[in-house]
Amino acid sequence: MEGCLLEPTLYTVKGIVILDSDGNRILAKYYDVKSLPTVKERKAFEKNLFNKTHRANAEIIMLDGFTCVYKSNVDLFFYVMGNSNENELILMNVLNCLYDSLSQILRKNVEKRAVMDSLDIVMLAIDEICDSGIIIDADSSSVVSRVAVRSDDIPIGEQTVAQVFQTAKEQLKWSLLK
Amino acid sequence: MSAFKRDKKEEEDGGGLPFQNIEKSAVLQEARIFNEASVNPRKSTAVLTKLLYMLNQGERLSPKEATDVFFAMTKLFQSRDLVLRRLVYMGIKELSTMAEDVIIVTSSLTKDMTGKEDMYRAGAIRALCSITEAGMLPSIERYMKQAIVDRSPAVSSAALISAMHMTWFAAEGVKRWVNEAQEAVLSDNIMVQYHALGLLYRIRRADRLAVSKLVARLTRLSLKSPYAVCMLIRIAAQLIEEEGADSGSPHFQYIEACFRHKSEMVVYEAARAVVNLERTTSRELAQAVSVLQLFCGAPKATLRFAAVRTLNQVAIAHPAAVTACNLDLENLITDSNRSIATLAITTLLKTGAESSVDRLMKQIATFVSEISDEFKVVVVQAIRALALKFPRKHSSLMNFLSAMLRDEGGLEYKASIADTIITIIEDNPEAKETGLAHLCEFIEDCEHTSLAVRILNLLGKEGPRTKQPSRYIRFIYNRVLLECPSIRAAAVSAMAQFGASCPDLLPNIQVLLARCQMDSDDEVRDRATYYSHILARQDTSLYNRYILDTLQVSIAGLERALREYLDGEGARPFDMLAVPVAPPPQAAELDAKPRAALAKPPPTREDNFAERLSALPELQALGPLFSSSEPVELTESETEYVVRCVKHSYARHLVLQFDCLNTLNDQLLEDVRVQVEPGEGYSVAAVLPCPSLPYNESGSAYVVLQFPEDLPSSVATFGALLKFVVKDCDPATGLPDVEEGYNDEYMLEDLEVTLGDQIRKLGKANWGAAWEEAEGLFSEMEDTYALTSMTSLEEAVTNIVKFLGLLPAERSDKVPKGKTTHTLLLAGVFRGGVDVLVRAKLALADGVTMQLTVRSQDEGVAELITSAVG
Repeated sequence: MEGCLLEPTLYTVKGIVILDSDGNRILAKYYDVKSLPTVKERKAFEKNLFNKTHRANAEIIMLDGFTCVYKSNVDLFFYVMGNSNENELILMNVLNCLYDSLSQILRKNVEKRAVMDSLDIVMLAIDEICDSGIIIDADSSSVVSRVAVRSDDIPIGEQTVAQVFQTAKEQLKWSLLK
Repeated sequence: MSAFKRDKKEEEDGGGLPFQNIEKSAVLQEARIFNEASVNPRKSTAVLTKLLYMLNQGERLSPKEATDVFFAMTKLFQSRDLVLRRLVYMGIKELSTMAEDVIIVTSSLTKDMTGKEDMYRAGAIRALCSITEAGMLPSIERYMKQAIVDRSPAVSSAALISAMHMTWFAAEGVKRWVNEAQEAVLSDNIMVQYHALGLLYRIRRADRLAVSKLVARLTRLSLKSPYAVCMLIRIAAQLIEEEGADSGSPHFQYIEACFRHKSEMVVYEAARAVVNLERTTSRELAQAVSVLQLFCGAPKATLRFAAVRTLNQVAIAHPAAVTACNLDLENLITDSNRSIATLAITTLLKTGAESSVDRLMKQIATFVSEISDEFKVVVVQAIRALALKFPRKHSSLMNFLSAMLRDEGGLEYKASIADTIITIIEDNPEAKETGLAHLCEFIEDCEHTSLAVRILNLLGKEGPRTKQPSRYIRFIYNRVLLECPSIRAAAVSAMAQFGASCPDLLPNIQVLLARCQMDSDDEVRDRATYYSHILARQDTSLYNRYILDTLQVSIAGLERALREYLDGEGARPFDMLAVPVAPPPQAAELDAKPRAALAKPPPTREDNFAERLSALPELQALGPLFSSSEPVELTESETEYVVRCVKHSYARHLVLQFDCLNTLNDQLLEDVRVQVEPGEGYSVAAVLPCPSLPYNESGSAYVVLQFPEDLPSSVATFGALLKFVVKDCDPATGLPDVEEGYNDEYMLEDLEVTLGDQIRKLGKANWGAAWEEAEGLFSEMEDTYALTSMTSLEEAVTNIVKFLGLLPAERSDKVPKGKTTHTLLLAGVFRGGVDVLVRAKLALADGVTMQLTVRSQDEGVAELITSAVG
């Protein structure tokens, strides 16, 4: 935990991982080849990470030389890793962006099945948040706008009244629940 | 209803989820639909998603497989489906490292990145970067420059990020885009600003002046992006550190101003920078601490964690600065995040007062079982520091540690606790008995062999000197009955130490040792037989030599000496004194890396010297190397020739090793030798010059001297003169211009041969026994001195130890606080293998008065020591 000045670099994020409630990998991107080079080491790291985090809902942990911020919902665990000396708040912004983007994409339905059903869009969203460790954007609405919506989504003008009403009702419900 | 049932069943099977149990061969088979004449976007999207998911799960493709899929994928450029196209970009990035001939898609991608569809352009740029090689840069340069200043932030960011990646293999090419990056820094979009700043710094980082200008310009602009500001703070901090600037510098003022930024991220970054800067003054530190203090009460765990972690860092160097936050930190002890709680506690342990120790320990005890081993080690280290700071608190700390010892935990954690207890025992005699009792209890149920062996060893050393040695015997003998062979062997050794040190226990020990001779393991039986025979002789000098004193040689040196002996004719018995000693590790080193002590020790300096010297044929006749001094500077470090001297003592000879460095690039030195004017009684036996000394290389010249017969004159001062032949040479090539050089000489500072150079440190485990034993056999000299220049006992002790070159025994180099008298016990060997024991009784009055008693096998040596001190 020695303090040292941080290297001024854009390469902030060391990895983004999404695990399910059994600790299995749903998606994992590692941007630093040096610290965890092989698939085996990465899986071991994920196992360790999951064991340390799945019970305590504590938001942040130091593990194996990483600062790791995390968040869970229903049956999903989201992790963003950075250097052990990294500014935790920047990592937290990335994590929040990841979660909020998925939440918007999946219509607040952030759970394993929904993620697997829209895996293409989820992968695109992660790709729009971080490129090889450089944060592209940490604002969820801009990430969502960049991830093209599915072409079979009907534009609002062509939806039936009932559909619009349904969507509006759902959104109201969620805003009340917040 | 039936649909619901099926759904439920599927969920239970886990079969309802897509992408389960996918197989590589099946996916590759499916990927053939990419090749169909008209692309089916929906099907292709599903297959491509499956492929990407499979790669993400860790599946590897062979180059052939990857190339096939890659080429099939390029067919998908026909479709104008948004999602599919972007998945293709992702696929290109994933496969670019595995497949061959990936540059085939360059034209498709450049078409996309210059096209009308904004949704394509950013993704295409990033994909293009992943397949670009340095040679291709010129062909895409125009597009990249345009993209960097594009009005769409997504495109601009993508171009800047790609440029950043490309600096790793084509830094020169990317440098030409600096003007565009300069423009992008002024963008309204916060991310574009951040990426542009990152790229600009990356391009200019080697040029400190340019970076300084960049920072100066941007600090005046007040950047909108908090990310960019964080970056700027880091750059500014680095500049401050490199320039050695103080708090008056504009960069520093900028960082300070960031304390008032509206984004927490920036405020924290600024505080971190200030904390980590070397020249931070207490005023700025206080500001940073007060900012962090605010964060301690934040609702977000991450913010609290960040604050506590940084405060913990501050507390290491400046505990006083953090005391203001003590109250906030105490609130964090009960934090639901255990990492935060642990950091808060350890910070408090560093800053807290003696009175709060008990309360803190109680609070730690409530949650210590819930935290990870890594954090437990941190807590243990904090306790160790605390125990050294407040020795009077040893009993509560010791109780706590023993409770921790009883908990579950890995070897590293247990070892760190045992280390801490051992440190406390060594530092604080009052804590010894309780500490040993805790350790005894611990080995009753210790699953780590290495740890048990260490503790048994410690018991053997410390146990006999407690008030009631007999109580430890039971614990030790229990190990013999219950444990594995290595622990049993260690226990036998420990018992023998009791037998040697406590005569009243000897009969009992002999009985126990006799039982151990029936052991099933060879090593245990051997040790028991060995010790039992020595103890049966009832001869204290044998005890001292073969039971109490441990072998103090470097293992590597011993190995080498034994091998040489076996290679030789073996007519003479092996001489233990020929092996270089390894001084016992100092406490400071142990603190630094407690684990290193367990690992294989690196070869000592003496080993290295012995190896080098024995390579010189002239020195082989001198016998084994006795000791080597620290290097002494004989010139100023900034002069033309830098000369250092290492003094090597042999039984009858002194070898001076002159390490010379030539710092003139237009001179080649040859035949470099040192002419010494030896003191009275010394005679020069040989001079070994260094044949050639080119620029910026170091070489060694040697002088071999014979020690005078008369011991007192062996302490002397020599004049020294460096002589050499100079050849002028070309600075560029280093080759001499002329055939013939000219003689030159260079005056060196005088060289002193001291008493310490001729003495080797030797640890005596039982100094008292050795002293008594020496009473009749050794010659004794005694004298009293007034050391008027010393103002404290500590100072006197340090100076005496340094001057005599002996090793303090029984930790007598530590002067208890507030005492006015102290006895220093020293031991060592004079060259030629003459044992020396010294007792110095010190008293503090006006200056320090010392009564020095020397016992040595050789009267001359004793006389030399007493006379040298004066």
